[in-house]
Amino acid sequence: MTPDALMGGFAAAPQQSARAFRGVLEAMARPGTLHLLEGAAPPAPLSVAAGVALLTLADGTTSVHLAGAANCPAVRDWVTFHIGAPLVRAEDADFALGRWEDLHPLNRFRIGLPDYPDRSATLIVEVDRLKAQGPRLTGPGIKDAAHLSLPEVAAFRANRALFPLGFDCLLTCGARVAGLPRSTIVEDV
Amino acid sequence: MTELFETGAYNFAYLDEQTKRMIRRAILKGVAVPGYQVPFASREMPMPYGWGTGGVQVTAACLVPEDRLKVIDQGADDTTNAVSIRKFFQRTAGVAVTEATIEATVIQTRHRIPETPLREGQIVVYQVPIPEPLRFLEPRETETRKMHELEEYGLMHVKLYEDIARHGEIATSYAYPVKVEGRYVMDPSPIPKFDNPKLGDNAAIQLFGAGREQRIYAVPPYTRVVSLDFDDHPFTASKAPHDCDLCGAKGSYLDEVITDDAGSRMYVCSDTDFCAGRRAAGHVGRLGVAMADGSA
Repeated sequence: MTPDALMGGFAAAPQQSARAFRGVLEAMARPGTLHLLEGAAPPAPLSVAAGVALLTLADGTTSVHLAGAANCPAVRDWVTFHIGAPLVRAEDADFALGRWEDLHPLNRFRIGLPDYPDRSATLIVEVDRLKAQGPRLTGPGIKDAAHLSLPEVAAFRANRALFPLGFDCLLTCGARVAGLPRSTIVEDV
Repeated sequence: MTELFETGAYNFAYLDEQTKRMIRRAILKGVAVPGYQVPFASREMPMPYGWGTGGVQVTAACLVPEDRLKVIDQGADDTTNAVSIRKFFQRTAGVAVTEATIEATVIQTRHRIPETPLREGQIVVYQVPIPEPLRFLEPRETETRKMHELEEYGLMHVKLYEDIARHGEIATSYAYPVKVEGRYVMDPSPIPKFDNPKLGDNAAIQLFGAGREQRIYAVPPYTRVVSLDFDDHPFTASKAPHDCDLCGAKGSYLDEVITDDAGSRMYVCSDTDFCAGRRAAGHVGRLGVAMADGSA
C-alpha cells in the first residue's frame, strides 16, 4: 500500500459527511443544479467531489467499480483504506466511478429489478466541464426546465425509457456535483 | 444534558456513520424513483414504534450542524411527540430549533403539512405508520410488491368506489392515496386529505420514513402528485366548514375542541405556528382575544 493512501480522508467524518450528503441529496432532488462537495483530498485522478461522494455513500457493504484511469493503485489503495468497499467488475457494482467514456458500455450496470428498482447502480461520472447549460432537463425536481452540460444525450434518454428501472448518475467536476436520476427526461436543445 | 453531546457521548445525530450511510443510500434511491418504497435496515431507536422512529432516522441522516429543526405533531409544535423529538436532536446533534415554518431548514412532521408554503432548501420528513397504501386491501407483501411492479392499482379504485356506494362520496379523509409522477400509488402518511394538494409541485424535498415497516420513500420538489378519484366524483380537499375561532383564518385546517359538557365547541387552526403568526399580526377570531391584551 502506498503511504499516500492513508491521507486525504475526512477529518471530522460525521459533520463533513452530513454536509456532503446534503449536497448530494439536493443535487439528486434538483437535477441541473450544482452543489459543492468538499472536505477530502482523494488521490489523482479523482476529483474532490467524486472522492467525497464515495466517502459519503460507499462502505464495506457496497461494491465499487473503478473504471479506466480511476482504476489505478493509488485510488484502489485509498478506497480500500478509507472506505473498505470491495472492488468489483461493472456488472456487480453498487457504485461505479470513472470518466464517461471509461464507463461504457453502460448496459453492464445494474438497473434494478421490476419489483426492486432500488437495486441499481449509481454512476459517479467524472466530467471536464460541469455547467448549468446544454441539454434540456425536465421531470421530478425541476420546476419548468433545467439545463446541464451532459457528455451525451442518447444514453440518458435510453436510461429514462427504462423507468422505473435504470441507473442514477452523479456528475463530478472539481469540487462540484450535479445529479441526474433515472427519472429525468433529457432532450437536445 | 448538553454536556453529553459536548463530551462526545453520542455520535453526531445519534446514529453511527454506517447506519447513516445505509439510510442515505435508501433516500437517494427513493428520490430517483419518486413514490417507490425503498426497504432499509431500520434501527431500534430510543423511543417506541409509532412515535416517529422512521422519521427520526431520516432526519438524523439528513441533519447538518447548521440546520434549524422544526418538529410538529398534528400541526402543533408543543405536543409531547414534537417536544421530545426536538429535544432529542438538540441533545444528540446540537442543532438549533425553531417553531417558525419559514425559519426551519428541516421540518419533521407527524400527520400535517404546514399551512405556510414551503420553499427551496427545506426538507420535510414525514413519520409514516403504514407505508403501503394497499396493505389493508392485500395483507401479503409479496402480492402488494407485485401489484406495484405491474402498476395494478384496480383494487384501490374498487375501495374508493365502495366508499361511494356505501356513503355516497369518497369517505377516506386522511392517508388519502395519491399517484406520483403517473407511476407509483403512494400513501402520503395520515395527513388529512386537505393537505394532499400541497404534496405536488412543492418547492421542498419531501421524505417519508416508516421505522417499524422499514421503508423510506420520497417526493422530490416540483413533482406531479395526483389524488386518486373518479371523473364523476372528483377529489375535494375538505375541512370543517368554519373559520378559526382564535385567528379568524378561513382557509386553514381546523381542530375541533369541545369546551364544555353542553355541546359547545370551538374550531382552531391545527397549525399552531400559522395561528400564532396570524394573531401576532392582529387577526382575531370569534373567541379570540387580541394579542395586545397579553393573552392569546
